Amino acid sequence: MKYSRLASTLLVAGSVLAGSLFAQQRELTFDSAGDFLSLPADIHFGEVAGVATTSKGNLLVYYQGGGPNATIGAARIHINGGPRLLEFDRTGKFQREIGGSVPNNRPYAFLFAQGVRVDPQDNIWVVDRASRMVVKFDQSSKVLLTLGRRLEAVGELGSSGVFGRASGPPGSGVPGDNFNQPTDVAWDAAGNIFISDGYGNARVAKFDKNGKYIKSWGATGAGPGQFNTPHSVAVDARGNVYVADMGNQRIQVFDNDGTFKTEIKNVGSPRALCISPGAQQYLYSSNSNPTEDPFLNGEIYKMQLDGTVVGRIGRAGKQFKEFGMVNAIDCREANTLYVAELMNWRVQKLTLKN
Amino acid sequence: MKTRCISGVAVALALSAAVTLIAQTPTPSAGGQTPPAGGQAPPAGGQAPGGAQTPPAGRGGGRSLLPKSINAPDIPYKVVPNFMKLPPNVYMGEGIGIATNSKGHVFVNTCAQQTRNFEFDQNGNFVREIGKDLYGFVFCHGIRVDAQDNIWVIDEGANMIIKFNPAGRVTMVLGRRIGFPYTGMEPVVKELNPAPNYIFNRPTDVAFDAAGNIFVADGYGNSRIAKYDKNGRFVKQVGSRGSGPGQFTLLHAIAVDAKGNVYGGSRSDQRIVVFDNDLNYKTVYDHVGAPWSLCITPGPHQYLYSSNSNPDSQDSEIHKVSGQIFKMELDGTVLGKFGVPGKEPGQFSTVHGIDCRVDNEILVSEIVEWRFQKFILQPTAAQGGK
Repeated sequence: MKYSRLASTLLVAGSVLAGSLFAQQRELTFDSAGDFLSLPADIHFGEVAGVATTSKGNLLVYYQGGGPNATIGAARIHINGGPRLLEFDRTGKFQREIGGSVPNNRPYAFLFAQGVRVDPQDNIWVVDRASRMVVKFDQSSKVLLTLGRRLEAVGELGSSGVFGRASGPPGSGVPGDNFNQPTDVAWDAAGNIFISDGYGNARVAKFDKNGKYIKSWGATGAGPGQFNTPHSVAVDARGNVYVADMGNQRIQVFDNDGTFKTEIKNVGSPRALCISPGAQQYLYSSNSNPTEDPFLNGEIYKMQLDGTVVGRIGRAGKQFKEFGMVNAIDCREANTLYVAELMNWRVQKLTLKN
Repeated sequence: MKTRCISGVAVALALSAAVTLIAQTPTPSAGGQTPPAGGQAPPAGGQAPGGAQTPPAGRGGGRSLLPKSINAPDIPYKVVPNFMKLPPNVYMGEGIGIATNSKGHVFVNTCAQQTRNFEFDQNGNFVREIGKDLYGFVFCHGIRVDAQDNIWVIDEGANMIIKFNPAGRVTMVLGRRIGFPYTGMEPVVKELNPAPNYIFNRPTDVAFDAAGNIFVADGYGNSRIAKYDKNGRFVKQVGSRGSGPGQFTLLHAIAVDAKGNVYGGSRSDQRIVVFDNDLNYKTVYDHVGAPWSLCITPGPHQYLYSSNSNPDSQDSEIHKVSGQIFKMELDGTVLGKFGVPGKEPGQFSTVHGIDCRVDNEILVSEIVEWRFQKFILQPTAAQGGK
């Protein structure tokens, strides 16, 4: 009897605790459009890294598929894959594949999918982790700008750092044009380009709208202005820069010149960010589940720009309305989110109800 | 006729070789010299588990390579020739997995230039390819179809189990592909103990119980059975490397019966290890050779098939004592065996997958001869039997 009384006391205490947490983090009700994208018969998503909408509501999806890279299975080499960039209309109907279905015809930067974003002029920006490039396409899928350079070869004898001319040793990285596994791209109202860089480096690089390098900030670490895998970047209407400092479990906010302003914590490990347009802007951030547990964390936070949590959306899992490592969020339309999931190999369209 | 004669000779050779290898084991009471029409000679007398003398050690580190039930009666059988028709310029690679759905469509998983999965209708006509160029296809290891006709592909290289709906679209994935260095998933060449709940190490097979729980054989790298609910949430696991109760040495196949009991094929130490639905150890069957592939028939009276495949290592000594598929009651009682190693139609060139949705209509996939075969056991006169 003593034990059961203790148990019920604990239960009550637990409920109170849980209740207070819920009070802080309201669950937002939402729906998922389920399996809403129609793909051609022989095209299948792999890990979906990026999703973005155009002003017409078309959807761009960048994912890791089969392609021309060799992978070593346990015992043998298989040729099977590479990133693919697909476009769908707003009803989910397949429109086209940018780069086409023939692997060798696809853009040189397509090596390992990391992200896709669409800028206010409807240009399509692809972020590729392995080629270390960010490429800007116009709506006709013509290349307008390339940032970074795909590794060409090993460096000259005696050169420091990793292969070739990509970057210096991991850490801050060389303050310049080249990336080491970049993760995301964003723009301010003037068209300046901000790139989070990334897995290899620990910095944010700023370029002007023509791709001219302006500056870079950050180094490996946990202090203000330091990063541990800056994995996503977003810019608000005032030009403030929000960086998902995934490994440090925080979002850091900088002014347009990279001066540290504040940090947002208690939203898990931010993997994907999105700031909605319009007069009342919201910041969305995904606390993606880790590879090791597809049922841990997984929720998306909706916040005011100052970090005040409006509510949380969903949880980890494999069903619709559940998430498997959300790597990208699109929030162009009010109360509509498109999310790209690495571990569930899909895009979900979410409609927020409140 | 040619096939039958060859089979008979092969049986005779195999048996005489077996006798040479194991002088103290009784020779079969009837040889396979004169096969009856439609199949091989049924020798008199079957054998229950444990009924045979332990043969002396053969090649293989002190273990006998000869199944204790080698003297089980031969089941008459007939092969259905060329039962699947491929379109021009589509080739099978190694025949890794085979399964049927409720309509009798046949699904095959093959290691060709890349992993491919083909669907055929019940008449053997090609229907389509499933999962073309899929990200999760690195190194094929099998295919199964569940009670709702979902198609499940096991990929040993990607460390993934991939579920397709009947329309051929991916609806769930378990595990995550090695994408070194870009997913943080590095190739693992050692056993992970304890194994992470959601990460596989060269998984080999998948099976389902009536409630839709998922059982993954994992596998080459790990030595465990992992149980997930129908939504992919981890429930529990059992197993470590070894030959004790509840252990595995190359867990290569898995099957679940109607009561939910789980049968794991521990290939390298020639045991089928049986668990209840909560993965509590029940018993072991060690009399039917190396269980490369397992299949349990549906219906009220279930049978367990296990293939003691002649290894793809092509060791001629081992070939003499392997290659047959055993048919058992669920309690392990051997009802008979069929098949001999060889490249002729009707022979086995390393069976890697078995489908047994219809009892006595056995589909097999074979590694070495790049093929899939259909066998009719106990054929009637109309089926070409006696």
